[in-house]
Amino acid sequence: MDRIAETFERNKQNGKPCFVAYVCAGDPDFETSLEVCRTLLERGVDVLELGVPFSDPLADGLTNQLAAQRALENGMTSDRVFALVERIREFSQAPIVLYTYYNLVFARGEEAYVRRAREAGADGLLTLDLPPEEAEGLVRLSRENGLKNIFIIAPTTPEDRVRRIAESADGFLYYVSREGVTGVRADLADTLASGVAAIRRATPMPLVVGFGISTASQVRDVGALADGVVVGSALVNCIKDNLGDREAILAALRNKMDELLA
Amino acid sequence: MTTVDTAAGRHALPDLTGHFGPYGGMYVPETLVTPLLELEAAYREAWSDEGYRNELAAQLRSYAGRPTELYLAERLTRHLGGARIYFKREDLLHTGAHKINNALGQALLAQRMGKTRVIAETGAGQHGIATASVCAKLGLECVIYMGAVDMERQALNVYRMRLSGAEVRGVQAGQRTLKEAINEAIRDWVTNVRSTHYVLGSALGAHPYPMMVRNFHKIIGEETRRQIQEAEGRLPDELIACVGGGSNAIGFFFDFLEEPDVRLVGVEAGGHGLSLGEHAARFEGGRLGVLQGCKTFILQNEEGQIGLTHSVSAGLDYAAIGPEHAYYRDCGRIQFAYATDRDALEAFRTCARLEGIIPALESSHALACVMKRAPEMDPDSLLVVNLSGRGDKDVQQASRLIEAGSGGES
Repeated sequence: MDRIAETFERNKQNGKPCFVAYVCAGDPDFETSLEVCRTLLERGVDVLELGVPFSDPLADGLTNQLAAQRALENGMTSDRVFALVERIREFSQAPIVLYTYYNLVFARGEEAYVRRAREAGADGLLTLDLPPEEAEGLVRLSRENGLKNIFIIAPTTPEDRVRRIAESADGFLYYVSREGVTGVRADLADTLASGVAAIRRATPMPLVVGFGISTASQVRDVGALADGVVVGSALVNCIKDNLGDREAILAALRNKMDELLA
Repeated sequence: MTTVDTAAGRHALPDLTGHFGPYGGMYVPETLVTPLLELEAAYREAWSDEGYRNELAAQLRSYAGRPTELYLAERLTRHLGGARIYFKREDLLHTGAHKINNALGQALLAQRMGKTRVIAETGAGQHGIATASVCAKLGLECVIYMGAVDMERQALNVYRMRLSGAEVRGVQAGQRTLKEAINEAIRDWVTNVRSTHYVLGSALGAHPYPMMVRNFHKIIGEETRRQIQEAEGRLPDELIACVGGGSNAIGFFFDFLEEPDVRLVGVEAGGHGLSLGEHAARFEGGRLGVLQGCKTFILQNEEGQIGLTHSVSAGLDYAAIGPEHAYYRDCGRIQFAYATDRDALEAFRTCARLEGIIPALESSHALACVMKRAPEMDPDSLLVVNLSGRGDKDVQQASRLIEAGSGGES
C-alpha cells in the first residue's frame, strides 16, 4: 500500500492541500509524544513527520533543537522512535515520514535502518544532511524495500538540479521556503511563488512547502500554491509552552490545529 | 612503508566529488549544496590566478610574518638525549598560531566573491582571532561563534576578537565547545548564505573545505623542507604535529607524503583517559560516521549520537577528525598517537623552562609525543615538531591546573 501517493491523490481530488505536521518523536517523553501524534491525526493532519532526535541537529532552529534535547534526555532512541511508529499504526493509517540526520542511519547500517523503518510502518525518510549525490545506496535500498526518500529543494537550488533531485526522490518533494533553519517566522519569502513555479516546471512530483509556516493565513497562502503545507515549530511550541502538563499540551495542540485549519 | 603511489595520486585527492577514499564528501542540507559548489569553483579559479596567489603571498609575508623560523631546540635535545629536535615556529605568526594562513586565504577569497560578511567558529580562539584580525584589515563584517565553556577558558582571546571589531556569539547548546560552535556557524550560514562566507577553521567539514584549508596551510611543510635542507642538508626522519580537526598537521605533512623515509605522526588529545566522554582521540574508540558535512572517524555512541569529548586544550576538543587524516591512516602513511592532559601540561612546562618558549596547549600535545619519541631515536636523527601556536592564551588555565597538581612534575 502506498499511503503517501494515496493521500496526495485523495486530497488533490478533494481540492485540499495536505497538512503535514512535524513533531519530534519522544518530545517530551514517549507516552506524551504518542498522545501528541494521536491528537494531531484526529485534528486533521494528513501526513505525520516524526523528527528522530539527534545530538547535533544542524539544520534545525532553536525550537526543534530543544525538542530533540528533551526527547534524548527522556531516553528516546532510534529503537524507541520505531516503537512509536508501531504504536501509531495501531490507530492510524496516515503516512509517516521520519525526519532524521544521516549519522543515525549510517550507524545502524542503511539496509537495517530502511528495513526497520518499513517494518515499523514508516512510509518515508527525509535525511536532512544527505543530498542525492551521497544518497545513491540509500535510495536503491529504500526503493527495494518500498520506503520513499523525500528530498529537500532550497531557494538556492538551480532548476537543473531540481530535476536531478527529483530523479532520486520518491513520494513528494519538500521545498524549504527560504534560506535558513527550521523555526517560526513572521512572513513568507517573497520568492515563494516563483520558486514553486520553477519546481513545477521541472517535475510533476507532489510538492510540499515548509520551514517557517505558523499561521492560518500562511497555511492558506502556501496551500494555494503547493500540494502540501508543513507546520513544525508552531506545534512544537505548544509542547514547550506546557511542559509537565500532558492535558495542557494536547489542548494547546487542538486549539492550534483548529486555528491553522480554520 | 608507504602505499601512496605517485605525485598524481596525492594531487588528485580529494576526487571530483570531494572524497578521500571512503572519507570526506558533502553531507549538508540542500540549501548549502549549491553555495559549496560555487565556493569550490571560486576557490579553484582564485588558486590558479597569479594575481590572487601573489596577493596572498604578499600578505602572508608582510601581515602574517611568513616564512616562520625553523629553530633548533638545543636544550630540549640535550635534555631528552636522542634525536635533534627542531621547532617549526608557527607560534611566531601574527595572532599567535598557524590559523592565519587559512584565514587570510579564505578572507581574500570571500572578498573576491563579493561577500561582505564573514562568520567563523572557534575552539581555542586562535582561528577566531585570526579571522577577526583579517576581517578588520579587509573591512569585512565578522561574527565568531564560540562555545560558552571555551569562552570561559579562553577569555583573553574573546577580548582580543572583540577589540578587533568582531561580534563574538556564545553558544549554549550541548557541551558548549567547538562542535556546538560549528553547528551554530552552519545555521548562520544556511540563513545568510547569499551575503556571507563561512571561514571554516580546520581541515574538516564538507568539500571543498578540507581541500581548501589544507592547501592554505601546506606552505608550512614546504618551508620546513627548504629550511631543514639548508640547516642539515637532508630531510628529517620524523615530523610530529597535534591533530584536532587536523589543519596544522596536514599542512605540515602534505609536502612530505611522498617521502617514504619521513615518518609522520599525528597526536590526538587523550584527555583524562580513553573512555567515551573523557578524551578526543578519535582513532582510540571512534567509528566511521558523518558529522558536520563529512564522513570520517567520530566519537559516538552505538546508535550514532555524537559523543561528549574532553581535552585540556580547547582546540583539540572535538569529536571528529579531518577526513584526509583518516585516509592516510588507512594507507599507513600517517601514524597516530595520543597525549593525555597530564602529558601535555608537562610538555608545556618543560618547553617553557628549557627553551623559553611557551607553547599552546594544543601544540603541547605534539611536544608530549616528542618527549617520548626523541629519546628512542638515534642522536643523528632529525625530528621536527610543528609548534602550531603560542601559549599566551593558556597561561592562566595552565597555572591553575599546575597549581591544582594535574600537571605532574618535570
